[in-house]
Amino acid sequence: MSFISLLWVLLLGSLLGLELIGKVPPTLHTPLMSGANAISGITMLAALTLIVKAEGNLALLIIGSVSLGFALFNVVGGFFVTDRMLAMFSRKPSNKK
Amino acid sequence: MNLPVIIKFVIDLLAVLLLALGIKGLSKVKSARDANRLAAFAMSLSVVGLLSYYLGTSGITIQSWIWIIIGSIIGSLFGAILAKKVPMTSMPETVALFNGCGGMSSLLVALGVAIFPISSSLENLDFFKSLINEVSISVSIFVGAITFTGSIVAMAKLQGWLSTPGWTQSKVRHFVNIVFAVASLIAFFDLINGNSSSIWLLVIVSSLLGIGVTLPIGGADMPVVISLLNSYSGIAAAAAGFVVDSQLLIVAGAMVGAAGLILTQVMCKGMNRSLVSVLFGGSLSAQTTTSSGSGEYTNITSCSVEECALTLEAANKVIIVPGYGLAVAQAQHTLREVTKKLEQNGIEVVYAIHPVAGRMPGHMNVLLAEADVPYEQLKEMDVVNPDFPATDVVLVLGANDVVNPQAKNDSSSPLYGMPVLDVQEARTVFVIKRGMSAGYSGIKNDLFDLPNTSMVFGDAKKVLNDLIGELKDLGVGEK
Repeated sequence: MSFISLLWVLLLGSLLGLELIGKVPPTLHTPLMSGANAISGITMLAALTLIVKAEGNLALLIIGSVSLGFALFNVVGGFFVTDRMLAMFSRKPSNKK
Repeated sequence: MNLPVIIKFVIDLLAVLLLALGIKGLSKVKSARDANRLAAFAMSLSVVGLLSYYLGTSGITIQSWIWIIIGSIIGSLFGAILAKKVPMTSMPETVALFNGCGGMSSLLVALGVAIFPISSSLENLDFFKSLINEVSISVSIFVGAITFTGSIVAMAKLQGWLSTPGWTQSKVRHFVNIVFAVASLIAFFDLINGNSSSIWLLVIVSSLLGIGVTLPIGGADMPVVISLLNSYSGIAAAAAGFVVDSQLLIVAGAMVGAAGLILTQVMCKGMNRSLVSVLFGGSLSAQTTTSSGSGEYTNITSCSVEECALTLEAANKVIIVPGYGLAVAQAQHTLREVTKKLEQNGIEVVYAIHPVAGRMPGHMNVLLAEADVPYEQLKEMDVVNPDFPATDVVLVLGANDVVNPQAKNDSSSPLYGMPVLDVQEARTVFVIKRGMSAGYSGIKNDLFDLPNTSMVFGDAKKVLNDLIGELKDLGVGEK
């Protein structure tokens, strides 16, 4: 990929992000924050790339592995905790009846 | 193009689409849970896409697999355990911790690439390309480090492990932070100039900058800061995307970065604070101790739990105003028992939720939902405000600034203009509170002085427990 097209990707991605969230009810601020936070753990892909391309360089393998651990901690924890919060909202309609 | 490239391209495209739908869905109550799962699915899809690409092209060595598996298992395991175990009341600091780790991950990737250039991607670089490479590495380190240390400080402050040091409220902090910022810039340009040893300087000063900026910020503003740091971690991820040449990373990072900014803005509005004053103003209480708002209470009425129970028993309509104090006392379940009794007696009970009630916007909804409060009983401020004049009793539980009439009446008050709940319009207001201490803002609450307000002093949970006992004695809620 040329640098210019990567810049386009950056620009369009940012615009998409700005558009995605218009009105958010306050109820959802916390879950939305923690869900978006889990997505930012997408750096796990960069960590994976690092490990795969390390070519036997032990230091690089370790850095990549630690980085992967941090990212997955973010991703897995983030999604689980968001799900836990949202589960409480969706449980209610069934309680009512 | 060969097959692995095409497959990866399609998977990446699909993942981006699903992630965007996920973020979109998360902003609606109905679709939120499915959207979260969709986003999680998209993330796993992207991993599969990347791994299958490498398997189809360069291959993955056994050694790489081992390190991938070690990192994945440890990270996922700790993440899952923490997510399951953490109590709902500590949600804000948990999000901060996760966020910091995301920043750390971007930081480490950039460090790794900077110290040991990845062979295949850095061969035959012309000047322009290597410049871009240096810039993206530097940005990734800079933003990643700020995100990490900032989030950790935010978490420590929310946990109560760190208090706000005095010097951070004086002008000194601006000087200190400017020094860190300038040092970061110098290291940044030095690094781009090819002096690779300054990478450590960049790591250190940007970490210090993250600490220096977050440390002075007061507890009430912390949610905004966490949201902003969340946006930063998206930017860090996008920068890491430039480092390893991944469009998917750039798109996802940019989306989170931009969405995080919007969310930060929305939160600021709800709290009547501007982002600039949150970041550079220090904690609100420090500004206001000298200005208006301080003052003596002249007309405090305190009453016993028994009186409170008697008034509640005679009421037709009761509105509960839960706040931070309730969250701290973890009294949401006890509160639910009280309201159950009242409901059994045919008393209409509604919860008035201020947009920033609790420790984070939306936090109170989560806490009450945990205590099985029906969703229909949770009313947002704009909906519930016209109801107060027709309400017999308002119970204020651990809320303070959000029920301060100063915000409407006193244009000299720092709270002036903040949307508040008009509880003083109700016939009787009971404020359950530990003592006369001020709220987050450190400002005197005029509500406490009003003739229709009575204070019930005590820990929220204990008062509510006593209330249950008194109501039982009165025969309320027993059929």
